[in-house]
Amino acid sequence: MKLALRYIALLAVLAISVGPFLWQFATSIKGPNEDVFVPDFIPNDPTFGNYAAVADVVPVWTFALNSLGVASVNVLTNCLGAAMAGYALARLKFKGRRFAAVIFASSILVPFEAILISLFLVMRGLGLTNTLTGVVLPGSIAALNVLLLRNAFLALPAEVEEAAIIDGANAWQRFTRLALPSVKGTLVVVALFSFMFSWDDFLWPLVVLSDQEKYTLTIGLAYLQGTFVQNQRLVAAGTIIAVLPLILLFLLLQKHFFRGVGEGAIKG
Amino acid sequence: MTHRPYTPWLFLLPGLAVSFMFVIFPFLNMIVLSFTDASALGGGQFTGVDNFVRMAEDPKFWLAARNSLLYMVGVVPPLVLLPLLIAMLAQKIVPGIGIFRTAFFTPVIASAVVVGLIWTWLLDSRGLVNNVVEALGGTRIGFLTDSTLLLISSMVVTIWRGLGYYMVIYLAALANVPKDLHEAAMVDGAGPIRRFWSVTVPALRPTMVLVAALSAVNGFRVFSEIYLLSGGSGGPGGASTTMVMLIQLTGRGLTGEVGYASALSLVLFVILLGLLLITLKLNRREDQL
Repeated sequence: MKLALRYIALLAVLAISVGPFLWQFATSIKGPNEDVFVPDFIPNDPTFGNYAAVADVVPVWTFALNSLGVASVNVLTNCLGAAMAGYALARLKFKGRRFAAVIFASSILVPFEAILISLFLVMRGLGLTNTLTGVVLPGSIAALNVLLLRNAFLALPAEVEEAAIIDGANAWQRFTRLALPSVKGTLVVVALFSFMFSWDDFLWPLVVLSDQEKYTLTIGLAYLQGTFVQNQRLVAAGTIIAVLPLILLFLLLQKHFFRGVGEGAIKG
Repeated sequence: MTHRPYTPWLFLLPGLAVSFMFVIFPFLNMIVLSFTDASALGGGQFTGVDNFVRMAEDPKFWLAARNSLLYMVGVVPPLVLLPLLIAMLAQKIVPGIGIFRTAFFTPVIASAVVVGLIWTWLLDSRGLVNNVVEALGGTRIGFLTDSTLLLISSMVVTIWRGLGYYMVIYLAALANVPKDLHEAAMVDGAGPIRRFWSVTVPALRPTMVLVAALSAVNGFRVFSEIYLLSGGSGGPGGASTTMVMLIQLTGRGLTGEVGYASALSLVLFVILLGLLLITLKLNRREDQL
């Protein structure tokens, strides 16, 4: 009885969480003759034609490719750049280490929205407005990831590296061969969050990009809604294109994901 | 010597360069610009506190600040309480719980844009929610056309998207609540509601403070939800504009007023920092108790 009540409650929350996605998906496969306003979750005449049609009104596949490129580069630069900095902070002794740590810690405290406008000026100074490079750069090595990886490197036992030092391995060799493989778990979390953050980012691409062919999916979709709001089937198809890769990625890596969210939360 | 003196700086160079160029420098520049009348084309003269005087007399600023504040006040209590209830529901290992947890998390991985577009469609004047309202005998509600309702609708979207995220934080914290506390309370004859208030809530107080802080800061920074639900307009006559939206509207484009937008940014920063400091203080007081 108690268990039955628990399942009823679980199913209710499930309906609230997933229902809106199902409704959007149902809308996206409704045929042109079907009334999209009728609350009907199962279309009479399901079609995937809207997914082809949305590409005729906006270059949605170009948007997707731009997003994929930006997100992939973001993953690479964050994993490598943040790991390098984190390794130096955790494993190398040098003058100025505290100073470097303070720079990263204070970077975390600056909310992106507060520097939005002057960041745009920096990009204009570099001649990188309206380019995908300009979209990637500000988030390419997030200070939060540096500190996450620093903590991961700090947790490694010192003995292994001491042995490597005696064997004559230099800092770079110790970093790539010993330290990096030992923090795989944290790297997966950093990679996932970098991908998700980049794929989902809206405000910065909206400010920095102006040409339609350079749009990422998020601003492409906002543009699609602004122009073709009359045909909800197309907007719905566009949103499903944007959300499906992330859902698949999430399902594939969810074990790491939950662990990462939990850890990040505790560390605050 | 295990490394050359400059080796650590080679490791740090890319990370420090990004932080300097794209966080620290723009931040300092924002502060300088906020005391000038710089335009989108550059230049700008030092004008002292003119921007801040103008702000104090600018009804748009007060409206945006009020909306952001209302937004924060509106989303924090539900985001502290509802995810906790869901976490308690999802905490017990029953068959299929993994599927439920994963499903509850789905709104988090979808971007604010996707979520915003989905809810724009749900809350449309002829959308699903209004169909249900009508079927129940009500009249259609202008969720997206009335400035107050637009704010409330956006809050609902923010809350909906936050449920799964904060649930995970609570799940991690619930796992650390000692079981014997619950058992002792049960032996003493405390019912489930009593146990919730006198065992679970006190044990989770630090986590609840953390969730309140995170959701408050994120609430005050709201942009995407309002932007999408209003189709980029900030509501009828811009009446639902928030702080971040006002900064974006003021500073962008060829007519952008960079100086004034920077002053607005500085105010936003001070408010967010203030929120953070208040939370830290609250947290410390918790520790002392």
